[in-house]
Amino acid sequence: MTTTTADSTGQRGLAATTEARAIVAASRNHGRSRAIAITTALAVATFAVVCISVSIGDFPIALRDVVPSIFGFGASDTTFIVQEIRLPRIVCGLLVGFAFGMSGTVFQSLVRNELASPDVIGITAGASTAAVVAIVLFGSSSISLSFAALLGGLGTAGAIYLFAYKRGVSGYRLILVGIGIAAGLSSVTSYLITRAEITDVQRATIWLTGSLNGRTWDQVATLAVVIAVLLPTLLLLARGLRALQLGDDAAKGIGVRVEGVRAAIIIAAVGLAAFGTAVAGPVAFVAFVSGPIARRLVASGDIALLPSALVGAVLLLSADLVARAGLGSIELPVGVLTGILGAPYLLWLLARTNRMGTGD
Amino acid sequence: MTDRRTLAAEGLTLAYDQREVSRDLSIAIPPGRVTAIVGANACGKSTLLRALARLLKPRAGTVVLDGEDINDLPTKVVATRLGILPQAPSAPSGIAVTDLIARGRYPHQRLVRQWTDADEVAVAAAMTATDTLELATRQVDTLSGGQRQRVWIAMALAQDTDILLLDEPTTFLDLAHQIDVLDLLSELNSDHGRTIVLVLHDLNHAARYAHHLIAMREGRICAQGPPGEIVTEALVEEILGMASRVVPDPVSNTPMVVPIGRTSANANGRAAHPTAREDTHVRTRPTPGGAA
Repeated sequence: MTTTTADSTGQRGLAATTEARAIVAASRNHGRSRAIAITTALAVATFAVVCISVSIGDFPIALRDVVPSIFGFGASDTTFIVQEIRLPRIVCGLLVGFAFGMSGTVFQSLVRNELASPDVIGITAGASTAAVVAIVLFGSSSISLSFAALLGGLGTAGAIYLFAYKRGVSGYRLILVGIGIAAGLSSVTSYLITRAEITDVQRATIWLTGSLNGRTWDQVATLAVVIAVLLPTLLLLARGLRALQLGDDAAKGIGVRVEGVRAAIIIAAVGLAAFGTAVAGPVAFVAFVSGPIARRLVASGDIALLPSALVGAVLLLSADLVARAGLGSIELPVGVLTGILGAPYLLWLLARTNRMGTGD
Repeated sequence: MTDRRTLAAEGLTLAYDQREVSRDLSIAIPPGRVTAIVGANACGKSTLLRALARLLKPRAGTVVLDGEDINDLPTKVVATRLGILPQAPSAPSGIAVTDLIARGRYPHQRLVRQWTDADEVAVAAAMTATDTLELATRQVDTLSGGQRQRVWIAMALAQDTDILLLDEPTTFLDLAHQIDVLDLLSELNSDHGRTIVLVLHDLNHAARYAHHLIAMREGRICAQGPPGEIVTEALVEEILGMASRVVPDPVSNTPMVVPIGRTSANANGRAAHPTAREDTHVRTRPTPGGAA
């Protein structure tokens, strides 16, 4: 802190005393140090869930052997199981949760409504429908399935934007249009499934529930590249997003190119949701609940980009661990579990919003 | 400031979608003074302010900032010269006062966030001027309407611009807080030479606090000039469709509008203004001394 002079004077002649500057610095630091502590704690939690997930399974691995075997220094059989079987699935879960969590908080902050997550307003539904088209009509591989999902997600986002647009986009209209489009898309998906070959049906159905079963390093690599590009992009756009939270007029007033910044943010967030969906299917509610949890933990009114992503990772990994090994001999797709956990929250949120009669 | 920023409009036609609000408006905002835009509800005063702030692109004509078309300047450059407090900005729930005010520093920051000493000074100065330092760590949600409005004004001040536009900054505040906000804006003008343009509902407040008035009706400018010269019973009749007496304000000696109202006015001149909506503006204007 350089508060050497007693009084500092702004360009417009407004004076700020050392005490005033100290109050500003202290209140800013208060919020930031809490955000850093929460982010660190969530990163540690993510690492812990990864380690526990690696150790648990048909072939139990002692926790102290987990880290060595991840890096290939363990016994050869342990290392093989960890590196080839468990880790791809776990890292996939980590990245998908990360992508969903971040996409969710971005949408919710942009629309200023907690209902506006990509899994509620139809973005993941659009990605799913496109992916099912790819599976059923073209028998797609995982790469083309990813691209189909991305195009589906972007196309749906564009359609929602167009239908909801009326001299700007208001929160509730966008959500209602999104829910309508999601309903329409799910009927398209159902129709496709009734017409498909039985083997495709099974593949599509498991994929539609959301599953990390049998994921490979190839899928990890695709998603890692996507996140490596979109995470820094969104971190750079975060300042614009924080401005847009104040409303379009206020954002433009402080110098934000509103339409361009919003379009860039939407494309990046749709990219995360769509690629996540392409890899793991539309795992229900991870995007929807991560942001609110993270924002409540950080408690500064900020968009909590990284904390939301980490909450998403922890949630998805924990849910997958329970679905895989926590229910005795029954092994469920992870989407079943997140659906059971997320649905009551959605109902509560709808009831609360309805009671307050609010929402942008 | 030796070379003050200038703001003017030439031949503006303003419209929302297909609905034309105003045609051929020309105004010049006097630099270093307080200008108030007044008129009945839906007379186009907020629309004009939004055009001056480049929030609404005119269908024809230009808004000229420092001799250049405001819509040709990069929006971030405009934001270093002209600040706007819109009518209903929204604060993210849970945000702390300092964090909200700090967002006003956007146009002075680079792509990779850099919180500089200049940012800290500007935010501290804005909070000092608006008396919001003691609220620094409070959440904006928990503030009273008057406090919240001071915080929003502080955000606009942190932007550190010569020109400050405000769209009905006193709406939703009780009378004491309305005066509080107007006093604050008046100080910002007299002590620091900022040019202030505000849309106001209350003609008496406008007459007392503004150096320059722009009176509008149905998208047209009826009169502009110093309140002492233009506020007359005829003007009030023209812009509000309301019979009144205009007397000197006993405190400031500026013109004060005293509505005559239905009970004492009989049908006095109303038939001549079939479009006037007496009910709306009478109800929303807490006029000091109006009952006398």
